[in-house]
Parts: sequence; structure tokens; C-alpha cells
Amino acid sequence: MPVHIDIDHVARLARLHLSEEERAQLTAQLGVILEHAAKVGEVATADVPPTAWAVPRANVLRPDEPRPSLSTADALANAPEVEDDRFRVPRIVEVE
Amino acid sequence: MTDLCDLTASELGDMLRAGETRSSEITEACIRRIDAVDGRVAAFLTRTDEMAREGAARADALLAAGEAPAVAGIPLALKDVLTTRGVRTSCGSRILERYVPPYDCTPWSRLAAAGSVLLGKTNCDEFAMGSSNENSAFGPVHNPWDLDAVPGGSSGGSAAAVAAGEAIWALGTDTGGSVRQPASLCGVVGLKPTYGLVSRYGLIAFASSLDTVGTFTRSVRDAAVLLSAIAGRDPMDATSLDGGSDGYAEGLGNGDVRGTRVGVVREAFGGGVQPGVRSSVQGAIEALSDLGCEVGEVSLPHADYALSAYYLIAPSEASSNLARYDGVRYGLRVDGRDSVEMMARTRGAGFGPEVKRRIMLGTYALSAGYYEAYYGQAQKVRTLVIRDYEQAFEGFDVLVSPTSPTTAFRIGERADDPLAMYLSDVFTIPANLAGVPAISIPCGLDEAGLPVGVQLTAPILGERDLLRVAHALEGALAFDARPGLLER
Repeated sequence: MPVHIDIDHVARLARLHLSEEERAQLTAQLGVILEHAAKVGEVATADVPPTAWAVPRANVLRPDEPRPSLSTADALANAPEVEDDRFRVPRIVEVE
Repeated sequence: MTDLCDLTASELGDMLRAGETRSSEITEACIRRIDAVDGRVAAFLTRTDEMAREGAARADALLAAGEAPAVAGIPLALKDVLTTRGVRTSCGSRILERYVPPYDCTPWSRLAAAGSVLLGKTNCDEFAMGSSNENSAFGPVHNPWDLDAVPGGSSGGSAAAVAAGEAIWALGTDTGGSVRQPASLCGVVGLKPTYGLVSRYGLIAFASSLDTVGTFTRSVRDAAVLLSAIAGRDPMDATSLDGGSDGYAEGLGNGDVRGTRVGVVREAFGGGVQPGVRSSVQGAIEALSDLGCEVGEVSLPHADYALSAYYLIAPSEASSNLARYDGVRYGLRVDGRDSVEMMARTRGAGFGPEVKRRIMLGTYALSAGYYEAYYGQAQKVRTLVIRDYEQAFEGFDVLVSPTSPTTAFRIGERADDPLAMYLSDVFTIPANLAGVPAISIPCGLDEAGLPVGVQLTAPILGERDLLRVAHALEGALAFDARPGLLER
């Protein structure tokens, strides 16, 4: 049976604006895809450890030395809006 | 039409060193071919003709001085998810339509330093998510063998460019089959190296534990040469591996692969495999046997579950990686009353349907209450897939299967059925989950005259064996058909 998901909740978590049409279509499509994906539960038993990386490496370190990095101009070159060498964004906190 | 741009890099390298041609001539031949066919193929999103001409002139100077590396002077195309300093890198997405990176990806910076010549950036599925190139925000790529068919994906532009003689070779990326499947559908050689063998620095991330940079070439020898130029440890990518680098071409040998143990993957010959694919791949297996390989059958029992695991793991990682497109530091911005609304509207307007689908899928799979049932279980299946390979490689040196269950399908044919599209990758996905290297080489044509690819897979860092066997098989098959586009 297709899985039912709360599309508004997931869209809010993903910071993704969706149209009414997209909501309806995604609800149906994700339901079918998740039904298929849920097969993973059939074989993944408690004694099988999870794998995050197939070729694991640990403690990859390099000397902590100052090096040239991006200039401010380069870092800001693609920004949609800039002010005083900073990224400018719309209001974040409510003002009393 | 046959021109310099239809030769292999190795043939051109010999000619360059013998003084029979110059990089400038080869580069102009590629540019002429792009002019002639790319209106119909649409492999390129951005052309860098002037950069290519300057690069060719530099390469010719290097060659004249007699100190040129193997890749010098050979024109290359790069998938548009690989960053290039000063050259737009769009990922096939509206959200990065005007993004001009301030840095080069490591594979390209290594190639550039070795005298490689950049022709341009190739079309792809948006953020490398897709199997047909139809998910590009800038329109589909057309398969040079049949312009009404898809080139495969997600690196469809790179595959088509190499097939059509628009580039001598190209780089793509392979997260679930995005080099091997389009190589198969376009009749070229596609190599996905071991995870970490090629630095991911500057590969705009899709699924970080699965992403690899791979090669599109017209021969296995070219794949070995190109891999040698880009492989090896990079301080900018903590997951990159030591070793590799020089010598893959030297390791190809003379075609003697007697005694190599070749395992035919039983699960890859079930229903759903097109008859023309089955018979061509069977032919390749017989060729391996005739070469003196010991051919047996092997099972990857969890192959079926690998697809399900992949479509949880890859979207989960993608939902996290693509959180960076928030309209603040780069890319599109659509205004809103506050920052959160600005971000949601930016993302709603900037991402296409497949990317939205995967962000939603991944966000759901990682969300409170569902994490263990989906993402957690998928990671366990990943362990089982790795164990399948470990067991298989106890008895065999190399595994063989079709690369894709079908040849190139019609543009539009699977566009409304995401699950059917996902099944295109059923034979390529397990190698990404396990990190092992795999290669697709052309092995014949189906009933409709479309190319079929056979996939060989080797253990972690088994590139030498993989390329040696692929090289011998390529010699035995002597596949020399050309795309219809070039025969007219």
C-alpha cells in the first residue's frame, strides 16, 4: 500500500515552497516510491551494522597552517545582494 | 564524416608526438563538429571556444618543448557539475543559472596543469539527478545514435559529446550509474573509479558518500590515460585515497587475460532485460571465455534491495547537501517577507520537479520518527550489498553484467513515471553503494541499431585488473559501429 506522508510538514522542514498541484503530485509519487523503498526493512535485521561510507577513512588531518583563501570580493561575487562586504538577507527576527 | 575529432586520444597523442598534427588543429576540428551537430545534439550548456584555442596554443608549446604529459593538447568536455573558475557552472539548474565559481575542481585543475584543452561544459540532469538527461532545466540532450532517444543520464551531455565527435573525451560524475549508463546508451566507454580515487573537490555535491568523478572515452586505453591524470590523494578532499595516479595505461597489458576468473551476475539476467541487450552481453561473455577467462556464475543476492536502499540514501544525502541553496551566498533569490519565506520561495522557484522529489524524499527519510525505518535500514542494506561483493570477489576477479537493462529509450517515454526511471539504474547502483570500480564498454547493437553496453566490476582499487580485462574484451569485440548522426 502506498505510504501516506504529511506533505506540508515535510515541505516546511525542507524550506521548499510547493504549489497545490505539486503537493498533490508529490503526495502520490512519494507514496509509491516509499512503498518500494520500504523493502529495505525486509532484510535489514538487528544484527547487521549500518554503513555510512564504503571506503572508510578516519582522522584525516593536515597541518594547521595559514594559507591563502578566497578573497572577500570572490566570496561575494555570486551573492544575490551585498551590503558593506556582507551578504544581505531579509529580516530574520521580529522587531517589537 | 571522419575528422581528427573522431580519433581516440591515444591515436591523437601519437600523432602530436610525431609532429603529424597540432593541438590547435584537433581543437578546431572539435569546434567545427560542435558547430555542425550541437544544434541537434544539445550536449553543451556553455562553450569555451576562446579558452580552448588558448589552451591548444599552450599545449602546442609544451609539445614542441618535448615535455608534454599524455593528456596535453587533447580537447575535453566537463559535466556542468564540476566547477571551473570563471566559467559558469549551472548543474543544469535554474538555481545556479548564473553561478560563476571562484575555484576549479581538482580533476580539472590537474588536467589544466597537464595541458588539457577545455571545450566547454556539458548538459546534465539537474544536480546529476536522473537517468535520461530530461531533468535539465535547459532542455534535453539528444542521443547521436537516434536524435529522438535519450542519451541516458545524468552525464548525458558528456556521453553524447564523445559519441558525436564533439569532444575527444569528457569527465562526468557517477553517483548511481550516471557515467556508465549514458556511456552504454551512447556507445562509448564509461569508467566509474573506486570511491575516493578521484578527488571530489569542486564536484558540486549530490550524495557525498556515493559521488565519484568518472571518464567518457572512445577506448579503454584512453580511460586508463585520463584516469591516471586525475586520480590520487588531494588534501582538499578528506575522503580521497592514496595510490592510483600514474601507470594505468602501462598496466593494460597485451590482451592476455587467460585464467582471469569472471563471474556472471545471475541477478542481472532476469526479466526486464531487453532481448537485444541480453544477446549482446552474452556475446561479450563468450568473448571473455574465448580469451581464456574462467567464466562462472555468481550471485549478488541483495541486488534487488540495493535499488531501494539507494533511493533512500542518495535523496537523504541530497536533501542535506542541497540545503545550501538558500538564496543567500550564491544563486537565485526570490524575495519574501522574511528570510525563511525568501528561502522557501527561492527553492520552490529554482529547483525542478525531480530535485524537489528527492529533497522531499530525503527530508522525509531523515525526519523524526521515520529515520530508523528508512535511512537507518537503508544503511544496513548497504552493509549487505558490500558483503555480497566481498563474497563474490573471493571466487572471482571481475564481475560481468549488462550496464543497463535497456538501450536508449524515447525522449518523454518514462518522464511521468519516476519509479520506472529509477529502474534504469538497477545494475549500476550496487557498485556505488559498495564503492567498487566498474566500467561500461560497448559490446554490440540491438534490433534498432542502438548500442548495448557490458559492465565489468572489480574490487576496491582493482582498477588495474578492471582495465586490463576491459581492454582485452574491447579488442576481442572490435566494436566499430558509428552513430547515425555521423554517417549522413
